[in-house]
Amino acid sequence: MTPPLPASEAAAALIESQALTIHRPGTTEPVLSHVDFRIRPGEIVTVVGPNGSGKSSLIRALLGHMPLASGRVTRRAGLRIGYVPQRVQLDIAIPMTVRRFLSLPVRVSEAEAEAALASTGVPGLGPRQLTQLSGGQFQRVLLARALLSDPHLLVLDEPTQGLDQPGIVAFYQLIEEVRRRTGASVLMVSHDLLVVMRSSDRVVCLNGHVCCEGSPQQVSTAPEYRALFGAEAAGTLALYRHNHDHDHDHDRGPVTVMPEGHRHGPGCSADHGHGTVPGP
Amino acid sequence: MLDDFFMRAVLAGLGLALVAGPLGSFVVWRRMAYFGDSTAHAAILGVALALAFDISIYAGTLAVAVSMACLVSALVARGQAMDTMLGVLSHSALAFGLVAISFVPAARSDLSGYLFGDILAVGRADLALIWTGAALVLAMLIARWQRLVTSSLNEELAMAAGIDPRVERLVLSLALAVVVALAIRVVGSLLISAMLIVPAAAARGWAHTPERMAAVAALIAAASVVLGLWASLRMDTPAGPSIVTAAACFFVLSQALRRG
Repeated sequence: MTPPLPASEAAAALIESQALTIHRPGTTEPVLSHVDFRIRPGEIVTVVGPNGSGKSSLIRALLGHMPLASGRVTRRAGLRIGYVPQRVQLDIAIPMTVRRFLSLPVRVSEAEAEAALASTGVPGLGPRQLTQLSGGQFQRVLLARALLSDPHLLVLDEPTQGLDQPGIVAFYQLIEEVRRRTGASVLMVSHDLLVVMRSSDRVVCLNGHVCCEGSPQQVSTAPEYRALFGAEAAGTLALYRHNHDHDHDHDRGPVTVMPEGHRHGPGCSADHGHGTVPGP
Repeated sequence: MLDDFFMRAVLAGLGLALVAGPLGSFVVWRRMAYFGDSTAHAAILGVALALAFDISIYAGTLAVAVSMACLVSALVARGQAMDTMLGVLSHSALAFGLVAISFVPAARSDLSGYLFGDILAVGRADLALIWTGAALVLAMLIARWQRLVTSSLNEELAMAAGIDPRVERLVLSLALAVVVALAIRVVGSLLISAMLIVPAAAARGWAHTPERMAAVAALIAAASVVLGLWASLRMDTPAGPSIVTAAACFFVLSQALRRG
């Protein structure tokens, strides 16, 4: 069992959920059951899971966009969140320049708008119509808009959908750079296992409940993770084997074990060598 | 100036045009065209009820239009198949209205006045009501502009900014009901949605921001009112349909210029 966090650290959580349970609208069929989740300042946490595993629901519940069936979500008072939603449907019906979009719903100055665009690598796009942007440009504009509120936490729901491989890698590099520059925490939902494993501090593997969570390295060796992602998981595992086979000792050393260690959620009872199987 | 029936007609039309531009832009952005239709068609039922109970036509149409707007909003929120539901409601409302109005002998003779408007018969009281209503709706749209535009663009982004998209949707539905009630004398129940949609659709080609589209739509609507009424006077054509015809010409023009 994971030792409880010191009070100071628990208090510092930006968003925390306890036993969060969500039902499919209008039914008692659970989408997510008993999810304990926490994100602390400066962390990059990625939620992975198959389609329909409740990733987006978790995000929406944490943001308060969705009613809970039971459990609790606590957001730090005064928390500023920059949000990049999943697949923003843009309609040609509404004319919208990038500049105007950045001023929705809070108007920002010309200088702020241009600085935000420059910081996400798309300077000078202001006069362009949103519908004329490429997928990669549009994601960067969305990120620029999310950064305008100087957020403590960036929330990105599958931000790289529709991007090609170089675009995906470049986008995650940008996310890391933003985190370094602003100190904001990042909470992401993603499908891009390989890239995620490289750029996250902590990975939460979701499938209706928390299947496993921990550092990317811990998760990539977890049997639940491999069961969920099959061949693709083998790829990420190989990545870690390759990176770490020169030094197995530090796997158990204090340096690489996350404060929370590697935890299993209820419903996942596999023991893969570290002997920490908590009861729900 | 107000003694002249033609001046009153022009002023009534301009009052409507001023609010139809911005509101019609939202109808286009949010793909609420059918929604406008069903609310407008329900207005005929309102006319029948107003005549039967001897209350103001405006009050009757407003009451029925608001009920219709709320009904449609509720059905949409429950996730009914939108286009089928609106198709059923829109045409049923019109049919019910036409049947109901046939029971009111006084209304049978000027049924076409309610279907296509009777702008040349607008009196001073109508004029005052149209301008007051239009000004109120316009002021409300301007006051909530940023919220309305954000939630029209993307509801998730709106929610993340603390805006409740359901509230904004309701506000627009009610605004639509008010404008429908105001417009029944001007362009009639069948052509109200045309007055909302056609100028906004024409303005799309000349606009790169939402504000500009709303303003250009209002200008096109106003020009259509003036042109339509002028044509109606010169050629003795029905006023309401002439206004919409003028707006349709602007739309064709905007499409032609866009291509070129």
